[in-house]
Amino acid sequence: MELTINDKKHQVDVPAEMPLLWVLRDVLGLTGTRFGCGMALCGACTVHVDGQAQRSCVTPVSAVIDKRIVTIEGLSPDSSHPVQRAWIEEEVPQCGYCQSGQIMAAAVLLSHKPDPTDRDIDLAMSGNICRCGTYPRIRRAIHTAARFKAEGGTP
Amino acid sequence: MAVEAKSSQVVPAPPGRRAQAFHDIARVLQSPRCQNCHPTADAPLQTDAGIPHAMLVMRGPDGRGTTSMRCANCHMVTNNPEPHAPPGAPNWHLPPPETPMVFEGRSPAELCRTIKDPRRNGGKDLDQLVHHLTTDSLVLWGWNPGVGRTPPPISQPEFARVVHAWAEAGAPCPGDQVTRSGSPAARGRLH
Repeated sequence: MELTINDKKHQVDVPAEMPLLWVLRDVLGLTGTRFGCGMALCGACTVHVDGQAQRSCVTPVSAVIDKRIVTIEGLSPDSSHPVQRAWIEEEVPQCGYCQSGQIMAAAVLLSHKPDPTDRDIDLAMSGNICRCGTYPRIRRAIHTAARFKAEGGTP
Repeated sequence: MAVEAKSSQVVPAPPGRRAQAFHDIARVLQSPRCQNCHPTADAPLQTDAGIPHAMLVMRGPDGRGTTSMRCANCHMVTNNPEPHAPPGAPNWHLPPPETPMVFEGRSPAELCRTIKDPRRNGGKDLDQLVHHLTTDSLVLWGWNPGVGRTPPPISQPEFARVVHAWAEAGAPCPGDQVTRSGSPAARGRLH
């Protein structure tokens, strides 16, 4: 089957029910997306599918044929996405394991709400767990990313 | 448009099968499998205990969640076989906020009037309501809820039979008054 990931076409020969995360990591070597729980409970595997914050660990690959998939590797060519810049500015990560999922979820939030309130952030990010407890920095970074975006950052 | 029957033509519904017609429907609608996505508040419920959905999941502006917490981000079109993993069916969603179709905490009479009212049920007339209750893929999921979730208290074929029988009886609600001809006075509200 053919998948469109980070604006590139990929041919993969995998079972239709294989989770997208398996295809990304084990078949295509896109290991920036993390395996956390495997049950859509932690958000570490979040990628964009047609602009939605999809949990790739429970998404059968057959469900994303003909859809536009974006992983952390494709969010920007040079880590210049406002969310990525804000993550660096605010020094968000501690161990870093969950952060690609956090960034992908935050990017979707900002695509819907360019200037989110703390409540918007809570509602958008509560499905992304951080065992290090970086939540205050995540919140701060999302506000910073909103500012960067308003100042003319990439989408 | 409501049909108002003159008081002299109206008598209370007699006890018996007619008055009980909605009873089994209410038992199903207020089982966790149906009620969890027809809550009083703007957060769906989960598990057989009907606790608020983890992760601060909310109804959202269209009944399908919020920005990066959309229902379909985690709920696929089929059940996940793993215990505690998200169940799934096509078109997983709650009613939209303008017509929340609350089942939780409603009396059978209130529930009956709610689901029959096109202003509150998404514009469905009685035929469309029956069709929805007996064929909609998300409704049918209730009888195929996956591991760890109790299905509604009667089988799906029995539920379909009861719904059709209720509709054919004029879709009476508990406490409805009936005319001497036997038609529920409230039936005209459907059309």
